[in-house]
Amino acid sequence: MHEYRITQRIIEIAEQQAKQSDSELVTQVTLVVGDNSGLVADSIVLYFDIIAKGSMCESAALIIKRIKPKLKCKKCGVLFERKPFSFSCISDGCDGEGEPTEIGNEFYVESIEVS
Amino acid sequence: MSKIAHETRFDKMLLLKGDKMKEDTRKIEIMEAVNARNEEIAAKLNQLLSDKGVFTINVMGAPGAGKTTSLVNMIQRLDRKCFVIEGDIESDIDTKKLHALGIETVQINTGGACHLDSPLIEGSIRSFELEEGYLFIENIGNLVCPAEFAIGEHIKLLISSVTEGSDKPYKYPLAFEKADIILLNKTDLIEHIDFDEDSFLQGVRRLNPCAPVFRVSGKSGIGFKEVSEWIIKKASSCLNR
Repeated sequence: MHEYRITQRIIEIAEQQAKQSDSELVTQVTLVVGDNSGLVADSIVLYFDIIAKGSMCESAALIIKRIKPKLKCKKCGVLFERKPFSFSCISDGCDGEGEPTEIGNEFYVESIEVS
Repeated sequence: MSKIAHETRFDKMLLLKGDKMKEDTRKIEIMEAVNARNEEIAAKLNQLLSDKGVFTINVMGAPGAGKTTSLVNMIQRLDRKCFVIEGDIESDIDTKKLHALGIETVQINTGGACHLDSPLIEGSIRSFELEEGYLFIENIGNLVCPAEFAIGEHIKLLISSVTEGSDKPYKYPLAFEKADIILLNKTDLIEHIDFDEDSFLQGVRRLNPCAPVFRVSGKSGIGFKEVSEWIIKKASSCLNR
């Protein structure tokens, strides 16, 4: 729902960085988006082209690296993806339960390419 | 034959263009969180509120969970002056209710945005002459986005009501994971609906082993004495009262 404003901010960050490096054009923006960040990658893609019109990012390719959330087993320490309605560890023979980690909450601009 | 030659020339042109592009293109590492600006303002706000002795509570919950009714119940039982910022997409219905009770309240209408952010709060707190006490910020009714944005609060208080169903921690984990205190509201209705309390509590505990869960009823006021005592204690330790 708030992807429009967030996408405006992504373009601002890219433009600021490009200007600081005396570049005229942003050719690529690489974004890291965790599935638990609450932001829908497809919506960002949709808004990016609309908002980037007339900006330094107008012809930039948007690369989104999606990260699946992982729980960490309190017993054996393994990181694993949660199954719906379950927190049970997936390791063979382990009856532990996973707790939330920061993996999957990421939301940052990793890099840009400029020319 | 001519077609192949054309394609080759075309490929060469592309290659040449590609090489030139590569020479001209530079990569800049950024690693900047898109919400960094919101977090910076939230940290400044938190400092300001702490300095003024205002313990600030970000109240989250789905539409109809009973956020405003719970606010009134808590405010009536707290030991210091309370201020409220009401966040809604539209209307000032809740603000009018709180004004009628003599509670100093400022309304924010986001006009569509699904959560409050720290610049909005920064603007709103200027309307108050803040003094030592409590500030409740009632976030937009939504179990998703409000959990993602810090707004200068000391704690996040989540209200989940039995009428929403016991599967909410499983379906909306982030709000439960981030909460410092959880109220299970409308427990006076529990006998009339299918609410699996064990399943609810199990889901909460696996996401959040620390946050206390209080059974309350906004209608009757049951449970809010204990909630308010917990808030008073938490404020004392947070602000060295």
